[in-house]
Amino acid sequence: MILFIEQLFNGLQLGVTLFLLASGLTLVFGIMGLINLSHGSLYMVGAYVAATVTSQTDSFLIGLVAAMAAAALLGVVIETVIMRRLYHRDHLYQVLATFGLILFFNELVRIIWGSQPLFVDIPDALNFTINIFGEAAYPAYRVFIILVGIVVLGILYGLIFYTRIGMLTRAGSSNRMMAQALGVNIDLLYTGIFAFGAVLSALAGALAGPIYAVEIGMGEHILILAFVVIVIGGIGSVKGSFISAVVIGIVDTLGRAYLPAIFQSFMSASDGAVVGSSLASIAIYLLMAVILVLKPKGLFSRL
Amino acid sequence: MNNSPMSASESASGSAPGFKLTRRRLVLWTTLLVLAVLPHFFEVIGESYLTSLFAKIFVYALVGVSLDLIIGQAGLISFGHAAFFGMGAYVAGVLSHHDANQIQLFGWLEATNNALISWPLAVVVCALLGLVIGAISLRTTGVYFIMITLALAQMIYFLVISVPEYGGEDGLSLWYRNQVPGLDLGSDVQFYYVCLAFLIAYLIGAIRVSGSSFGLIVRGAKFNAQRMTSLGKPPFRYQLLIFAFSAAGAGLAGVLMVNLTQYVSPDYLHWNMSGKFLVIVILGGMGTLYGGFYGALILLGLEEILSNYTDHWHLIIGLILVVMVLTSRKGMFDSLSGNGKEKTLG
Repeated sequence: MILFIEQLFNGLQLGVTLFLLASGLTLVFGIMGLINLSHGSLYMVGAYVAATVTSQTDSFLIGLVAAMAAAALLGVVIETVIMRRLYHRDHLYQVLATFGLILFFNELVRIIWGSQPLFVDIPDALNFTINIFGEAAYPAYRVFIILVGIVVLGILYGLIFYTRIGMLTRAGSSNRMMAQALGVNIDLLYTGIFAFGAVLSALAGALAGPIYAVEIGMGEHILILAFVVIVIGGIGSVKGSFISAVVIGIVDTLGRAYLPAIFQSFMSASDGAVVGSSLASIAIYLLMAVILVLKPKGLFSRL
Repeated sequence: MNNSPMSASESASGSAPGFKLTRRRLVLWTTLLVLAVLPHFFEVIGESYLTSLFAKIFVYALVGVSLDLIIGQAGLISFGHAAFFGMGAYVAGVLSHHDANQIQLFGWLEATNNALISWPLAVVVCALLGLVIGAISLRTTGVYFIMITLALAQMIYFLVISVPEYGGEDGLSLWYRNQVPGLDLGSDVQFYYVCLAFLIAYLIGAIRVSGSSFGLIVRGAKFNAQRMTSLGKPPFRYQLLIFAFSAAGAGLAGVLMVNLTQYVSPDYLHWNMSGKFLVIVILGGMGTLYGGFYGALILLGLEEILSNYTDHWHLIIGLILVVMVLTSRKGMFDSLSGNGKEKTLG
């Protein structure tokens, strides 16, 4: 039972990390119609900047802020120089250009930081364990990540539904031309949304640094998971991406923890381990396939 | 001379009276002639290793043609063709691995190193996989289709690397290439011609398909699926068939690849590979079918040249890709054959 609660929280933490990535991705797609593969590169850059600044200043908080600032800057540059010219192009060309950006950023990071992974310590202030239900000692840092994700969800919800910017965003998303004709500066709005997505992605990367290794290509695997999240959640829906991110995080984590043991209970130990772990590694893709067969447009459709 | 797929049927039924030498035909025949004598030329200049490089270009070109068939004709952007490429490689590789180590498949079936058995088997497996993945993916359209093919290919990737018996993330090294009676596949020159022959054969097949009424239905569905349905041709089964045909082509390329490198690598299944295949289609010229070869030639040629100068050649390839998408709108085959209109998916 203790183990189960721990795994459930691990799943929640993975889900929240996925949500930070997927929310930016889903907004950019839902509003600008842009499929951005290089979103994972911003996650990677965020993790690298945070790791470097944290080790220089000895402050995790400054590292986080630096990562988000760097991503905002990078986001503005990428949007104005490249992405802006891709909005009206076919998805195929968007995939190609952003695939090129992945190659570019991976190599750039290799030139700047080298090929060796970086390791980041868990900040001292959060390096303790919390007792959950009086039994399971759970690392406070992971709880912190979960809380950050919930706060971000709240902020996003407030921004989209209760502010002028959010209103303009919703207007631009439902009819770009009409919003523009009514005097909304769509270009500026799009740059802002893209940079905001970049900041969330970098935040996810910076937070993931102390848990996973900071390495080249770290953004790609999680990016594909984020795609699965937004496909299941319904492209463009922040609410859908939160729910499906949490579901995916929990299914993936619990699958890896329990499926091998379950199969070992009725197969030989080695066969059970192989079958269980293979099934665990594809569980979320199977889940996606089933959901798409039932609901081809995902679970939720709009913002 | 327009370059739409309609003209493909026209040149396929090439018995039309009065053979006219168009720019397009000139490009194609020159290319074929050069490729036919290339290994001997490399031997003369003492750079025989280039023969293998070109065999590799043919392998990638084969995937390029198969992918262009579904992108250019059917408008289905598959971001998961590495699944079929890798599956072809694994089926042929695993059979050869079992044969070399005298281990029976599933504990009772004798494995084989005979290409006449293992190659068709691998291609059939890939076509069946194409039917399954296609049937799921074709329920969606547009960007959902891109993402679901990507995710299903990732699923195959993780499934395969979770089997420790076949090397997991390290892949499998093979002792020798497959055997064909009467041929020596171990010879790089002979293998070059085998790859070229398969490329040409598949290309002819693809041109035939796109020129047939079947190809017409698929192209019609690209522009208006609803209209095709009301004309009495619900496009699903046609799209599924062309998807499986494309998967078979990619699988065949995987089989050739594993024989070329004598190494079954999980990289063949990796999504980076799928991205590379898309790059090849666009570099060569989408919707031209021949473009697959020219795209592979540019991409692998660039890699080969750039990697001589710097370790960081991915940086340059990445930049080239971005600039190419932002500036130019036609592929190399379009440029060579003098056809310049922008390609869209309709």
